[in-house]
Amino acid sequence: MTPRAQAWLWLAQRLSAVVLAFAVVVHLATMVYAVRSGLSAGEILDRTRGNLPWLLFYSSFVVAIAVHLPIGLRNVLAEVLGWRGPLLEIATAILSAGLLVWGLRAAWAVYAPGAA
Amino acid sequence: MSAKAWRTRNHPAYWAFVVHRVSGLALAVFLPLHFWALGHALAGPSALEGFLWWTDNAAVKAAEFGLVVALAAHLAGGLRLLALEFLPWREWQKSLFAASVAVALAAGLLFALSAG
Amino acid sequence: MTVQADAVLKVSVWRSSGPGGVAAGEGRFETFEVPRHPSQTVLDVVTHIQRHCDPTLGYRFACRVGVCGSCAMVVNSEARWTCRTHVDKVAEGGRLEVAPLRNLPVIRDLATDMSAFFDKWARARGQFAGTRSRREGFAVVEPDSEARRQVDLGIECIGCGVCYSSCDVVEWKPDYLGPAAMNRAWTLVNDVRDTARAERLAAVAGDAGCHACHTHMSCTERCPKHLPLTAAIAGLKRETTRALLRGEL
Repeated sequence: MTPRAQAWLWLAQRLSAVVLAFAVVVHLATMVYAVRSGLSAGEILDRTRGNLPWLLFYSSFVVAIAVHLPIGLRNVLAEVLGWRGPLLEIATAILSAGLLVWGLRAAWAVYAPGAA
Repeated sequence: MSAKAWRTRNHPAYWAFVVHRVSGLALAVFLPLHFWALGHALAGPSALEGFLWWTDNAAVKAAEFGLVVALAAHLAGGLRLLALEFLPWREWQKSLFAASVAVALAAGLLFALSAG
Repeated sequence: MTVQADAVLKVSVWRSSGPGGVAAGEGRFETFEVPRHPSQTVLDVVTHIQRHCDPTLGYRFACRVGVCGSCAMVVNSEARWTCRTHVDKVAEGGRLEVAPLRNLPVIRDLATDMSAFFDKWARARGQFAGTRSRREGFAVVEPDSEARRQVDLGIECIGCGVCYSSCDVVEWKPDYLGPAAMNRAWTLVNDVRDTARAERLAAVAGDAGCHACHTHMSCTERCPKHLPLTAAIAGLKRETTRALLRGEL
């Protein structure tokens, strides 16, 4: 990976951090509300089912995580485990893809949960 | 880390780094589990409810509190880093800012989440 | 001069393995007893050991007054200039530990091979590139400008290696340029006369450059000249980002 590409990764991580700063504050405030209103599966899903704004919010949240987390972990893998080159980049890409797929799946799951 | 190794690293900016990295790793381990848990809703509310039943114990509750603190710490530390990298703040100001955000967030959330 | 019987320092000094070359990290601490004097520096102590205890001790110094940086060593786990470190300030319970600078190969005992340190300086494009000759007038650098102020903050580096020894990222990533090389690049990025800006920003970007700095600030903490090294690297992050967004990197 060229220094230029690595510089783009760094910038992407900082930009996704700004997105996450907002998303996390919203999410934590939501959790405070949710704890008071009820945390059973039924109660959670009652609030999120069919709620398009929340779906859009959580999807954006997931995309930001899929950018931010793997780039951060890439540093740890390189510094602690000494991973370099294709091994490092492929692991990072797989992690990002996995978070994107599983995260969007989770966002969809609370928007359109299956039959009881 | 040995006492000798810690000696030259025992200053605020390094403590901030350790907190940021440890909290980041904790969140990185937690998030895939979080997505997996929520994904149970695809099979319906009772599937999610059944999964959540397993989380209703002291150890999990303690872990959840820990994660809230980790999230607050990682967010505050991240904002501090953005200030250090992009703005002309002095280092001590940024550390103060980060510490105050982290304390405020964590304290508020722990209080809010402990009720109900 | 009379020396009190109890005014003796126990000094542990790093010794490389036996003759015939040194394998990385091989060696042991050897303890010497050194008479304690007022206003004694760690360099005085090391010199005493070499002159009166063991003439085979290898170490490096030159000016002994804090202007050359040659005597930099790790004293009680912290990198310092030994000529400017009073024993009274660092000795704990009459004990001292002296080791060579970290993150550099050891030639012998307390002397390290600084080649990698200076090679990275060159790799970071830490050299001025101008276009004027003696036939043209002096270049004008506004002394009050922000750029000149930034240069002033970092220009006094004497290449002692203390920051490089103190940096964990240097330890974790062998290619990492390190604080001194990047600080020098920063002073040149802010030099309005310099013409190699684009190449220099490319040289300091990426995993081996400024983007790998985790803001531990150990460099800034330990720098004997109190240069704001982390701030310089942060400046490079901003400038490389600007160049990146303009398609100039």
